Amino acid sequence: MSWTLLDKCCEKCTHSPENPCPDYIECRLFGPLCHDDERCRELRRQRLEELRYGEKGAKIKVPMTSCTLAAGAEAVYHAVEDAVKKMDLETTITISGCYGLDFIDPWLELSAKGMPTAIYANVKPSDVPHILEEYFVKRNVSKAFALKEKIGAASGEDEVPLLSELRFWAKQYKWVSRNCGVVNPESLEEYVASGGYRGLSRAFKLGPEATIEEVLKSGLRGRGGAGFPTGIKWRITRQQAATPKYVVANAHEGDPGVFVNRLLAESDPFRIVEGLTIAGYAIGANQGYIFTDAEKLLVAKRLRKAVEEARRYGLLGKNILGSDFDFDIEVVLSSGAYVSGEETAVLVAIEGKVAWPSQRPPYPSEKGLWGKPTVINNVETLAHAAMIMAEGVEKFAAVGTERTKGTKMFCVTGAVKRVGVYEVPVGTSIRVLVEELAGGPPQGVRIKAVHVGDSSGGCIPASLLDLPLDYETLQGAGVILGSGGIAVISEENCVVDVARYFLSFSSAESCGKCVPCRVGLHLMRSILDRIAKGEGVEEDLEVLRQVAEVVRSTSLCALGGAAPNPVLSTLRYFMDEYIAHIREKRCPALVCSALIKYRIDEEKCIECGQCAMDCPAHAISKIESGKYRIDESLCIKCGICYTVCPVKVVYKVSGARAG
Amino acid sequence: MEKPEGDREAGVLPGNAFEGVPKAPYGLLEALRRVQAFYGYLPPESIRKAAEYVGVPFAQAYSVATFYHQYSLEPIGKYRILVCMGTACHLRGNSLNVEFLRTLFGLKAGRKTTEDKVFSVEEARCFGCCGLAPVVVIQKPDGGSDFVGRANPRTLRALIERYRRQERGGA
Repeated sequence: MSWTLLDKCCEKCTHSPENPCPDYIECRLFGPLCHDDERCRELRRQRLEELRYGEKGAKIKVPMTSCTLAAGAEAVYHAVEDAVKKMDLETTITISGCYGLDFIDPWLELSAKGMPTAIYANVKPSDVPHILEEYFVKRNVSKAFALKEKIGAASGEDEVPLLSELRFWAKQYKWVSRNCGVVNPESLEEYVASGGYRGLSRAFKLGPEATIEEVLKSGLRGRGGAGFPTGIKWRITRQQAATPKYVVANAHEGDPGVFVNRLLAESDPFRIVEGLTIAGYAIGANQGYIFTDAEKLLVAKRLRKAVEEARRYGLLGKNILGSDFDFDIEVVLSSGAYVSGEETAVLVAIEGKVAWPSQRPPYPSEKGLWGKPTVINNVETLAHAAMIMAEGVEKFAAVGTERTKGTKMFCVTGAVKRVGVYEVPVGTSIRVLVEELAGGPPQGVRIKAVHVGDSSGGCIPASLLDLPLDYETLQGAGVILGSGGIAVISEENCVVDVARYFLSFSSAESCGKCVPCRVGLHLMRSILDRIAKGEGVEEDLEVLRQVAEVVRSTSLCALGGAAPNPVLSTLRYFMDEYIAHIREKRCPALVCSALIKYRIDEEKCIECGQCAMDCPAHAISKIESGKYRIDESLCIKCGICYTVCPVKVVYKVSGARAG
Repeated sequence: MEKPEGDREAGVLPGNAFEGVPKAPYGLLEALRRVQAFYGYLPPESIRKAAEYVGVPFAQAYSVATFYHQYSLEPIGKYRILVCMGTACHLRGNSLNVEFLRTLFGLKAGRKTTEDKVFSVEEARCFGCCGLAPVVVIQKPDGGSDFVGRANPRTLRALIERYRRQERGGA
């Protein structure tokens, strides 16, 4: 391998992990600092250009993250390798993280000297040879999804939009996610070249107290859901007399339907490692842990790799960058339990125990891991801390609201055209996020509600889409910002079913330690089950509300404290749907299976028999006319015929508790 | 994870099964994970071995093994079908897919594995690939896995039939 930015430029450089130079990081980009030599400067310039265009002047980037892999990125990678070999192209093939734009997965990014960098969307392996031929040989970019710049060098440039002009990009404020999809997540060199580790370097120059001051001044609040000021947490922990102290990065993202932390950890793991190192330095801890879900193996793999690389170059270990500060990190996996992401539960899970949350106070900052003072921060928070230290408080606080500065990453799923993760200033309206960034609902679908904050959040009606996304406003509307999940609910979804879904998740994940959560959620769930079956009575609604209030106010931890939110918010905004289920025994959205019937439109049936073939209950048979009919006494209302009918002539009708 | 050498049939854990696992209480989760990687589930005796290795009482190891849902105390099928129960997958109909698979395999309430131990159907937590909802992941006996995006009864049935053919061909 040739010279990298992380290596010595010449014999005058004295840096090594054993004998570290405090200016090592600045020197990578702006050096040499300790001597003056044009050759050494040239070496850096050349290498930075190589990182951009590859060693051979051309580069192909394939995103390798859970979402792109699921969409087939690995096959695309192999197709690229084959095509490059067959076409004898002089290019480098490299991996990258993900832009968070799930709707373009899997994508490819091609760059070459003298050519605009081009992104190709929804690439199939069979498309690859053609794409490479067009770009590298014919120098034509007309089939690209977007360009990163226009330089008037390739044909077809005018037909393709700039990425920065596309709404879903232009409306974002890329701050913590700026490296996602851009750098190779397994390369420390690329991280440093993108400005990485300047935050830690600056923290060492300021000292621990001033580092905490910076974070305090920025107004950074925890991005894991609770919104506690990070600087205060750090200061309290630093002030504790007990030692040793610990820092923990919480990458456990158990909420169904949220993948903000996963995206960050898979696409830019060094940022998290740097942020945790800064936290450790600020509070005086020498050991850090990153805790993550066992389900997300790639997250653990990328973080472990990042830790190893950082160790190799002396950015973890003894006397980091000559600061006299020793620090190391271990990546620890949960074994699957939503509650193990709760902060006190994380700590006992790391200790190898059952992840039961515990009563606070004492807070982890006083008695945390192994009873010692511990800072536990969400990984997005730590990434912000690293960015604040590198870029300064002003740039961070330039956006956001009066009470909550900076940006937040949101994950928009459900009834939208562009499912993805978007980073926007705190205080951006739900409407901008859902309609402008995520593209609004697909053709012919109308938004009924938006569920904010996933299982701990709540549903708000479409009429309130202009609400800004910040902690206080949302709390006023009865929902919480939570981990950043936004699920868009269409007219085809039933809010009673949505509430029942979140409740069944929370009650299954309740650890059982405290009574209100264990019994209360179960009780709420059984009431909702009854309502969904059309067996509810009006008194149920009052009982539901009362139990919800008790669970919310008396549960031990945030799981129970927030689990009633989906029910309380839907009761508040969608009472009419509950009433329809109870009084009229009718599900207005035609979702709750006990309250609907399936029918086949015999006029339009094309007699293909697909429905009868796929019906697991054998409830569909051919009638004399050759058409198909559903036997209601056998139908289990699974909806499979509805899904598989190629001409969509199976339809649903309201049926008062038939079957 | 690579499977260590040992005799799975005879229930003998390989000597190096716990290599690299901290010999301290906090190594318990990882020790159990190693055992599960070897057997595919946690036989009671193996929980005892893991407990002894990290130095905690059997009762504590057992409580951990029953608390976290990645651990299974019963053998699971050769093909482990994980149906995502995340929000996006729910909104796009994955509960129908679960219902379909359970009916297809004739699984009675409370059972997740077929009589012949070839298939298991489990409801899984979010895979974080919500753009492809509804998502079903099948962990296969060769250690690989198939990822099914935008799953529906038809694609699932075709896949199951393919596995069945492979099973017959392999037997």
